[in-house]
Amino acid sequence: MQLSLMLIMPAVGALIAWILPDNRRRPLVLPVFAVIHLLLLGWVLVDTPPPSPHGWFLLDPIGKLVLSSFSILFAACAWYSVNYLRYREERSNRILCSALLLCLSAMCLVSISQNLGVLWVALETTSILMAPLVYFNHNARSLEATWKYFLICSVGIAVALLGIFFLAYSTIVARQDATLLLSSLIDDAPRLNPQWRHTAFIFLLVGFGSKMGLAPMHTWKPDAYGEAPGIVGALLAGGLVNCAFLSLMRVYQIAVATQEAATFQNALIVMGLLSMAFAAVFMARQNDFKRMLAYSSVEHVGILTLALGLGKGALFGALFHMVNNCLTKGVLFLSAGNIHRAFGSKNTATVRGAIRWVPWSGALFLTGFLAITGSPPFAPFVSEFTIVSSAFTTGNYWAGSLFLVFLAVIFIGMALTVLPVVLGAPPELEAGAARPPRDGLVAIMPLLLLMGIMLILGIWLPPPLRELLMAGARLLGGGQ
Amino acid sequence: MDSLADQLLVLSLLINFIVLGTSRLGFAVRAVAIQGVVLGLLPALIHPFSWHIVLIVILMICAKGVLIPWLITNAIRKAEIKREVEPFIGYIPTLVLGAICTALAFVFAKRLPMAAEHQGLLFVPASIATLMTGFLVLTTRRKAISQVIGYLLMENGIFIFGLLLAGAMPVMVEAGAVLDLLVAIFVMGIIMNHISREFSSLDTSRLTMLKEE
Repeated sequence: MQLSLMLIMPAVGALIAWILPDNRRRPLVLPVFAVIHLLLLGWVLVDTPPPSPHGWFLLDPIGKLVLSSFSILFAACAWYSVNYLRYREERSNRILCSALLLCLSAMCLVSISQNLGVLWVALETTSILMAPLVYFNHNARSLEATWKYFLICSVGIAVALLGIFFLAYSTIVARQDATLLLSSLIDDAPRLNPQWRHTAFIFLLVGFGSKMGLAPMHTWKPDAYGEAPGIVGALLAGGLVNCAFLSLMRVYQIAVATQEAATFQNALIVMGLLSMAFAAVFMARQNDFKRMLAYSSVEHVGILTLALGLGKGALFGALFHMVNNCLTKGVLFLSAGNIHRAFGSKNTATVRGAIRWVPWSGALFLTGFLAITGSPPFAPFVSEFTIVSSAFTTGNYWAGSLFLVFLAVIFIGMALTVLPVVLGAPPELEAGAARPPRDGLVAIMPLLLLMGIMLILGIWLPPPLRELLMAGARLLGGGQ
Repeated sequence: MDSLADQLLVLSLLINFIVLGTSRLGFAVRAVAIQGVVLGLLPALIHPFSWHIVLIVILMICAKGVLIPWLITNAIRKAEIKREVEPFIGYIPTLVLGAICTALAFVFAKRLPMAAEHQGLLFVPASIATLMTGFLVLTTRRKAISQVIGYLLMENGIFIFGLLLAGAMPVMVEAGAVLDLLVAIFVMGIIMNHISREFSSLDTSRLTMLKEE
């Protein structure tokens, strides 16, 4: 009941946004429905609904974490968008508003589905809905980005579908009842036909990996993140990545229950480190600060995948880092959007000294950079520390050391771009040209809130959240 | 009936090579349309009669045989291009690569055990070969239309495998998957129209503004 309300309400909002003829007032639908969504979220977190009759839909602890993190991010983006879309009144925002709300509904479906088939359908729906959002600016560059994004993601997700089919077929060959239900697949995992199961895992890893943007399937990411508006970038890096990571975690739940758990985990460690290495290389000397954020996203999906591969204590870190990455990316993309608008460029040759022109956004961009690179006292520091310490305690010295090296290189690479953008000398204004208006507090509030959450979680982890993370980690680790 | 099913699968493997070998886009679209119809007939051959199967057959033939080819042909007419010129890899090498992929698909499928009722059928090699051919077309051609054709081939490959599961999958999931894939093609068609308007060509090698310097 509550769960179906969570799916239906955003869709109703999308319908209203579609019908409303007024381009000025339409964006107000977004925060209204975001608030309704947050209220519903609070309801399901306090009073968890029972599983649906066939067991297809259930909000388990992992789903709760994914759902809450992107719901908070969505609310912040919705708040921000009212102000943002006022600057972009010349362009119709009908498609943007409707697609955003439908996407919220599809992401909810991803987080509650326990049937791999439904999960796939929901994930594919989110990637289709993101295509018009990436293309919001309607110019040649955003068109190129949309085409690359859509083609690579469609191919990736098609490969994942084949992987799901293989998994289903492995049940038929093993003379089990054919099923795509997660709980029965986990129970039967050791008895599934090993050849088909193994092939399925490879396909699923590649498929969901390209959706998450793991290297070397990450090539769409810099383009899509660079050309999409800030809100869309934030939702891609926070929402879509979390949904794809959730799908990977579902596969992981099945894989750790089989005899080939170690092989699968090693594959994850290698893919995670590879993504971090790619990010470290391309982050250096990046002269477009939005593309830099895309490489930061490649880095963090790498960290998440690595943590999943390490298993045990790192699983807690993986889930916590997923939440942290989602919210911190929100701050970074939204403040980057403000800076981009103030300077009319996202090239570091032009954009310098943002803290003078747009002090709030500049300061938040800098703080967000410190948080995402794992500086204390912010929450990503805690989660990254958990992951690296668990790498060393479980004897993965190589993985742990490489992880630290990549983090250091990425910190330097990112600092070389971020510091001049925020603290450098602002460009000379031509005679008579006015400085862009300073950013107002109303538009900055959602970013401050997100940053505040990251600060609080870095200092103090509330017991309910800790319990939720522990429960999620237990579920991931196969009940240990 | 099984031998007829196998013959249809061989026919669809041949169509893969036609798509790989032709430079005429209209011809390639028609070939993929025929493949869609051929594959759409398959469920009727291998599964006992049920309304569920009838629905799949009708949906497949309408979508893959009529609707999508019409959409792509429209895009070709609007953009006024007829041929794929200068693919990244020439036609003869891609044909050879396609043959190698098909052979590998057969080797790979040999290693995978089949359920008793599917023994000796060509479904798995045909599925993997079609998927790989689609990927080959997608990666070696420049025109957006050719890339969409490649994606269609990949989808057909997945559909062939999905047939083995037709009875076992819930109808909801199946319908959702088919619908999503169709919508994806539509969105590609829309983006393609925008590309041809913006660049007055459908050559994706012109999409090179976003590059690492």
